[in-house]
Amino acid sequence: MYEVIITRPRSLAEAIEALGDDNATPLAGGQTLIPTMKQRLAAPEVLVSLAGIEELSGVTIGDGEITIGAATTHADVAREVAGACPALAALAGGIGDPAVRNRGTIGGSLANNDPAADYPAAVLACDATIITNDREIRSDEFFDGMFGTALFEGEIITGVRFPIPERAAYAKFDQPASRFALTGVFVAAGGGVVRVAVTGAGEDGVFRWDAAEQALAKDFSPSAIEGLSPDPSGMIGDLHGTPEYRAHLVGVMTKRAVEAALG
Amino acid sequence: MPADGGIGASTRRREDVRFLTGQGNYTDDINIHNQAHVFFLRSDMAHGKINGIDTAAAEKMPGVIRIFTSKDFEGVGGIPCGWQVTDRFGEPMQEPKHPVLAEGFVRHVGEPIAAVVAETLQQARDAAEAIELDIEELPPVVDMAAALEEGAPKVHEDLKSNLCFDWGFVEENREAVDEAIRNAPHVTTLELRNQRLVANPMEPRVAIGVYDRAGDEHTLYTTSQNPHVIRLLMGAFVLGIPEHKLRVVSPDVGGGFGTKIFHYQEEAFCTFAAKAVNRPVKWRSSRSEAFMSDAQGRDHVTKIELALDEEGKFLAIRTNTLANMGAYLSTFAPSVPTWLHGTLMAGNYTTPLIYVNVKAVFTNTVPVDAYRGAGRPEATFQLERVIDKAARELGIDPIEIRRRNFITEFPYETPVALTYDTGNYHATMDKLEELADLKGFEARAAESKKRGKLRGLGVNCYIEACGIAPSNLVGQLGARAGLYESATVRVNATGSITVMTGSHSHGQGHETAFPQVIADMIGIDPEQVEIVHGDTAKGPMGMGTYGSRSLAVGGSAMVRAAEKVINKARKIAAHLMEASEADIELKDGQFTVKGTDKSVAWGDVTLAAYVPHNYPLEDLEPGLEETAFYDPSNFTYPAGAYACEVEVDPETGKVDVCSFHAVDDFGNIVNPMIVDGQVHGGLGQGIGQALLENCVYDDDGQLLSASYMDYAMPRADDLPFYTVDHSCQTPCTHNPLGVKGCGEAGAIGSPPTIVNAVVDALQRAGHDVTHIDMPLTPARVWAAMQG
Repeated sequence: MYEVIITRPRSLAEAIEALGDDNATPLAGGQTLIPTMKQRLAAPEVLVSLAGIEELSGVTIGDGEITIGAATTHADVAREVAGACPALAALAGGIGDPAVRNRGTIGGSLANNDPAADYPAAVLACDATIITNDREIRSDEFFDGMFGTALFEGEIITGVRFPIPERAAYAKFDQPASRFALTGVFVAAGGGVVRVAVTGAGEDGVFRWDAAEQALAKDFSPSAIEGLSPDPSGMIGDLHGTPEYRAHLVGVMTKRAVEAALG
Repeated sequence: MPADGGIGASTRRREDVRFLTGQGNYTDDINIHNQAHVFFLRSDMAHGKINGIDTAAAEKMPGVIRIFTSKDFEGVGGIPCGWQVTDRFGEPMQEPKHPVLAEGFVRHVGEPIAAVVAETLQQARDAAEAIELDIEELPPVVDMAAALEEGAPKVHEDLKSNLCFDWGFVEENREAVDEAIRNAPHVTTLELRNQRLVANPMEPRVAIGVYDRAGDEHTLYTTSQNPHVIRLLMGAFVLGIPEHKLRVVSPDVGGGFGTKIFHYQEEAFCTFAAKAVNRPVKWRSSRSEAFMSDAQGRDHVTKIELALDEEGKFLAIRTNTLANMGAYLSTFAPSVPTWLHGTLMAGNYTTPLIYVNVKAVFTNTVPVDAYRGAGRPEATFQLERVIDKAARELGIDPIEIRRRNFITEFPYETPVALTYDTGNYHATMDKLEELADLKGFEARAAESKKRGKLRGLGVNCYIEACGIAPSNLVGQLGARAGLYESATVRVNATGSITVMTGSHSHGQGHETAFPQVIADMIGIDPEQVEIVHGDTAKGPMGMGTYGSRSLAVGGSAMVRAAEKVINKARKIAAHLMEASEADIELKDGQFTVKGTDKSVAWGDVTLAAYVPHNYPLEDLEPGLEETAFYDPSNFTYPAGAYACEVEVDPETGKVDVCSFHAVDDFGNIVNPMIVDGQVHGGLGQGIGQALLENCVYDDDGQLLSASYMDYAMPRADDLPFYTVDHSCQTPCTHNPLGVKGCGEAGAIGSPPTIVNAVVDALQRAGHDVTHIDMPLTPARVWAAMQG
């Protein structure tokens, strides 16, 4: 790691001001950024820590929706939403290990948009809204390819608003080494709409699987998607699985998510 | 369990108190006043020609003390190879120089090019980034078959080719084996890969060089499994420092698994640089560096043919292996695919004719050397896999086909140069069948099927050869070292005992088990015995710990030294009790005179040895301290039978290990709990190899599995609860303890068990799958099911 200055603003306004510095980078839970800095692959001059900002942390469960502060850790989400949205709680509780879950935050995960991260699948499937210091962004407009998002330079996520789905589940197949999602599928159904979001598999990061959404909208059952899988072109191929394998897993994990959503 | 804590007691490991409470003294815990830190600038290219290294800007960076390149090592030797293999034409292997810092060329990712010594590690690292390298990229060779092709780029421009050696064993049997295979009623052929692994001990390597100008004395603190061997190799062959001016200390070491046997450049560098800059110099490997600088394991590509008659009797084995050496020869690399592999091809069976061919190949990858089992897992894997395949082809039960071929008479001379002194393979198999409830398998498979899972059963045997010896024989085979072990038993005046052993403990529990043996011999409390190891200044020349040799060889040396001590103490006791030495008995820490009620306590005798007032000074020297060197007459031959059951998820290909039963014959057991732990650890690593671990380079020689993000280490939830049993005991016939060694068995026996079980599961489900290469990842198993 290179020498770096860390600032710890106490309010969102102070954080925004600190991030006005061109050399400043926001630091959420640091579960990606800090290891990258240790390897000297990232070298921010100034880190603006968002961890101590009270207004960015916490979960509010309202009428049909859950709002989660960007700096809320995975462990807190897993605990707080267990009653309101078990699928989201299970997803948060399955990220990394206890150390990761007690440092890593939902805002950090979404801003990073790792192609194998779990949260993007939940956000996209639930049609959540990303709230920033400046605006609100619908999930369909937020994710923009591997590690890409609609966020502007200096814009930070302050929270995420999830409509509570009538039925939902997340089925994740672990990459054997990292235990990130080799393929993870979040299925959410509500108001006659079914959304299926896939993480870990696509070369452009998280994506919605239209064919499965249509099939499930007609018949929300595992049999509706029996034998269905997306086109392997556009799927990731690496040490841990070919595009064909990942395409197949998308089908299997979707089926399992539907089974779980039906209880 | 004996109440006295002697042999056979599952005494809790005394060393664990300090390990588990953060009180261990690991090499990185050692900080020497005024130490400087070194950072190695390593190659990010697999193959290249160094046209220039410009350190001018880097030298001006803050905190930099000195920057070293290969220019500073002119006249310094290369890192030596400790084993010379002679090829099947009688020629010595090709042995390229392995420089401390890259000379003229870089030959693998991670090879150190320059070393920056600075006040802090951070400063050293900053300065390393300012070094300007002019390296011309050359085409790398990564694949072994491609490396042997005519016109392939050469890893070493000055060598004839990338072939290190072409070894045949036993060469005289070659034609007879060919003929037997040609004429056999049935031949089963299997092509497989034993994939490359990264050892990944929990503690990364560390080296600290210290130089005392006043005495012209060097000290190296290093994470080594055998500090005396490092002293000899580095002192004599690399730096030219005589032993009496060089001390090597390996304190607590956090796991080795073979990769800490070898002498590494960083050790030589720190020792050399400490004198050059007149400061202690410390290096600590990062985990990333460990992935590309610790010697890696396995990496064999093999074709094995097993000839059988109609009844499944084995007639002949022919096996051809390409063995990856990496870019340079690590310390014992040539011995692994040859003498530690070819000699094991008889396994537990009476196959009369065996021929083993091994072509060792240089590639632009990290050097490969011994890793838990070293050659024996590679032999066991191919043998037990091909037997399993043959059984299926002939429609014979896999256990039955093994039983038909078991060696039953001992000693048994194999056609591959070993003489098994003892064993009882039917007994271990009987025990396994009972423990693993093999009769109940079908019911369990039916239950799995109800849950949509494919259940499979894998069974196999293994044999290993531990405590490689004797020295004169291994010398003929090419070893450039002896393979004895030493011990000094120092009895203190009040009767407590300090044992200096040449064995090294890096997790094995010697500090607990070795005292149990001494306590048993004398009849004192094991707490009265302390083990000292890991410091060349403290004990006699020792050969260290690897190949499951510590108790069989090091323990035997300790027994021999203790016997000498007891003999002398008996003389003293005879004098004190005015009796004949022949009438003296030692039991429960008391010397008695046979047939009388006279006795004298151990502590009174030892006190007399050091306060020799009433003492036969004319016949006997005072003091009570003896040293023994023990050179075994043969290897020891642990063997066993393993069974596991797996469930395969047909939708994802994921394999779950439901149960694992290991029945091992380790001969006599000193501490059953420690043996259980050793087997558990070995099984964990073997199952890790079978299902998870894989060291992968791309075509450019870049390491793809360079961190835990991509290199899958086994976690607790990947492993089942084990059932281990070592009640079948045929004691070793040629060492005083009758012990055989248990460190590697689990890692040797378990990979074929898992693969056999997965193949069984798939075949039962109607898939025409005869083999899947390790690791059996979900993706590979699923692909195999797709046909």
